[in-house]
Amino acid sequence: MSALLEVEGLTRHFVTRRSPFGRPLATVKAVDGVDLTVQAGSTLALVGETGCGKSTVGRLILRLIEPMAGDIRFEGRRILTFGEKQLRAFRREAQIVFQDPYSSLNPRMRVEELIAEPLALHNIVPASRRRDRVAELLSLVGLDPRYGQRYPHEFSGGQRQRIAIARALAVEPKLIVCDEPVSALDVSIRSQVLNLLAGLRKRLALTYVFISHDLSVIKHIADRVAVMYLGRIVETAPADELFANPRHPYTRALFSAIPIPQPHSRRQRQLLEGDVPSPLSPPTGCHLHPRCAYAIERCRLERPALVADQNGHATACHRWRELPALSGLNEQEAPGSRLERLMSEFTRKPGVGATAVAATLNSRGSNGVPERR
Amino acid sequence: MTPLVDVENLKVVFHGDRGRTTHAVESVSFDLAPGVTLGLVGESGCGKSVTALAIMGLLPKGSAEVSGRVDFDGNNLLDLTDAAMRDLRGDRLAMIFQEPMTSLNPAYTIGEQIGETLVRHRGLTRTQARTRAIELLRDVRIPSPEQRVDEYPHKLSGGMRQRAMVAMALACDPQLLIADEPTTALDVTIQAQVLDLLRSLKAKTNAAIVLISHDMGVIAEICDEVAVMYAGEIVEHAPVDVLFESPQHPYTIGLLASIPRLDRRVETLATIEGSLPDMSAVPQACRFAPRCPFRSEICVSRSPPIVDIGTRHWSRCVKAPLERIVA
Repeated sequence: MSALLEVEGLTRHFVTRRSPFGRPLATVKAVDGVDLTVQAGSTLALVGETGCGKSTVGRLILRLIEPMAGDIRFEGRRILTFGEKQLRAFRREAQIVFQDPYSSLNPRMRVEELIAEPLALHNIVPASRRRDRVAELLSLVGLDPRYGQRYPHEFSGGQRQRIAIARALAVEPKLIVCDEPVSALDVSIRSQVLNLLAGLRKRLALTYVFISHDLSVIKHIADRVAVMYLGRIVETAPADELFANPRHPYTRALFSAIPIPQPHSRRQRQLLEGDVPSPLSPPTGCHLHPRCAYAIERCRLERPALVADQNGHATACHRWRELPALSGLNEQEAPGSRLERLMSEFTRKPGVGATAVAATLNSRGSNGVPERR
Repeated sequence: MTPLVDVENLKVVFHGDRGRTTHAVESVSFDLAPGVTLGLVGESGCGKSVTALAIMGLLPKGSAEVSGRVDFDGNNLLDLTDAAMRDLRGDRLAMIFQEPMTSLNPAYTIGEQIGETLVRHRGLTRTQARTRAIELLRDVRIPSPEQRVDEYPHKLSGGMRQRAMVAMALACDPQLLIADEPTTALDVTIQAQVLDLLRSLKAKTNAAIVLISHDMGVIAEICDEVAVMYAGEIVEHAPVDVLFESPQHPYTIGLLASIPRLDRRVETLATIEGSLPDMSAVPQACRFAPRCPFRSEICVSRSPPIVDIGTRHWSRCVKAPLERIVA
C-alpha cells in the first residue's frame, strides 16, 4: 500500500476581529500543525467535537480553504504549488460530500442536471452519452434512474445524500472527503448510506477521509482514526487498536461519554469537567489540561508532541504511560441468541463482491417512494 | 400507584393547504406515575414531538386538530381554556426544547428568564426571583452562578444554555416535565454531563418525565419505561430493561440492530429498508409492514392488534411474541 495523501504541519488560523486599520486582534487557530497520512484504498476518520478543526482539515486538503503553512502531497505531488489549471484537474481526483444534503444540492436543478454538471465541466463524457452516464451513476448509488427528472426537494434526506454521493462520483475521483455524511440522517437511513459508502469504496477502490463526531459510525467505517481537540491531533492509531486501547485522556473521555444502548451498563465513566475552552484563547501547553484529571505542571507549560510507537499508535500526552489501564470501555453485552436471530433479519446478506450490493440497492431504489414532499 | 398523567387515544390531525390532511399522531395512549421517566423514541416525523406539544397545548389551534384525553391530576388538559393552560405551563407542567439558542430569548438575561416564571406563578418580587435563579443555576451546576445570572444567552456555551433551560423548567418544581431531545444539539462530552445532571435531578424531584429522543443510548441511560413510536403510533411499550433485552416489535428490533456497535465490527450494517409511509394517506394495515422482514398476508390486510406480552409490556404486532418466529 502506498500513501495517497500526505499532510505535514498543516496550519490555518482565522482572524475573527481586526482593528480599524486591519491589524488582526483575535485569531482562531482552527488547525494548528496537523500531520496525516492516508493510504490508498483506506479510510481515515477524523473525529472530534464541534470546533476542533476537523472540517477545516477536510477543506484544506482539497484547497477549498488555503492553508497558511504546511505541505499537502497527493500521490507525491505538492498540491499547494498547483496553479489554477492543475488545481482544476486535481478536482477530478478529489471530491467532497457535505453533511447537509438539504443545502448542498441546488434546489432549482433537476437531479439529472446536478449530476451531469461535473461531467460537463470536466468534459468527461461527450454530451450525447451524458444521460446514460447519469443513469449509471444513479443506479450505482441505489436510486432509480427515472428519478433523474425530479428536483431535490422531492427526496428524503437519505436519498439526497445518495444524490450528493453520485455527484461526487461523477468525476471518478480517487479521494472523497466525507464531511459528516450521515449526521443529519435517522438511524435506519444512516446505516443504509454507510453500507453504500463501504460498498462503493470496495468496488471503485476509493480512499476516504471520513469526518465525524460519532464514534460508533467511525468504528464501523474507518481503518485508521485521528482524534482532534482544539486544532491538534491528540491521538492517532489503526481503528481496532484505538478502540481496544485508547491512551489519551481525551479519547477515553470521548469513548466513555457515548451512551450505550444497554440499561444499567457498568462502564467506567471518565467525564471531562467543564466546557471546551474558547478556541480564541486555547489553554497553554496541552490544550486539554484544564479539563484533564491527570494534568500536572508540565502539561500546563509544554505542548506534548505526537509520538508514535512501532505499531503506528501515536499519542500526544506527557503522561499516557502512567495512566491507569482502562477496561470494558466499549464493552456491550451481546444480545440474546433469539434477539440476535431476529436482528439478523435486518441484515442484507453480504453479496458476492460489491456488484451484488449495487444491484440490490438498485432494485430497492425502484420501490422507494420519497417519504416527504 | 395512580398515574399522574393518563394519555388516552391522543390523535393529532394537521389541516394543510388545499385540503391536505396529515395524521401526525394516531391513538397514542400511555400513563405515567410520579417519579417515572418515560422515553419516547422514534425517528424524524414519527410524531414524538407533536405528541409532546399536544400534551402541553402548544399546537396551533387553527391548523391542528387534537382529540382524545390527557388526564392530568383530574383534569383533561385538552378541555382547559388557554388561560388555565398558561397557569399550568411553567408551573406544574414544564418543557425543555432541543435548541437552547432558539428557545431562550436573546434580549433578556438568564436570570430574568428564569425569574419570569417565579414572578408569574409564585408571586415573587424581582429581587427574590433573582436570588432564587442563582440557586437554581447552582443546582444545575453552572459555575459562578452569581455572574452568569446577569448574562445574556449568547455569552453561554451550548451546554450551559441547556443547563439554564433545565433550571428554568425546574423553577416551580413541575410535576410533569417534557424534555424534547434535550441533548441532541450538544457534543458528546457535554451531552454526558447534561445526562448526568438529568439523572441526579430525577432522583431529587418526584416529577414524571417524558424524555423524547431518537437515540437509544440516551433512552437506555435515563428512562424507566420506553414507548417506541413509528408513523404516528406507539408500536411498543415496555419497561426499559425488557425493551432492550426482549423487544417485541419488528421496528424496535430493526432500530436496535441498525446501531453500529462499539465492541465489534460487521461487514454490513443492519438497515430498515424503504422509508416512512405517506402520513396523509395511511392504509388500514400495519404501518411498518412494507419495511418489515417478518411481514405476511395478514399484516397488510388489517390493522394489527395490541398484544400484551407481560407487565406493562405490549406490542402492536400480530406476530408478537416474536420469539415464535425463530423458535
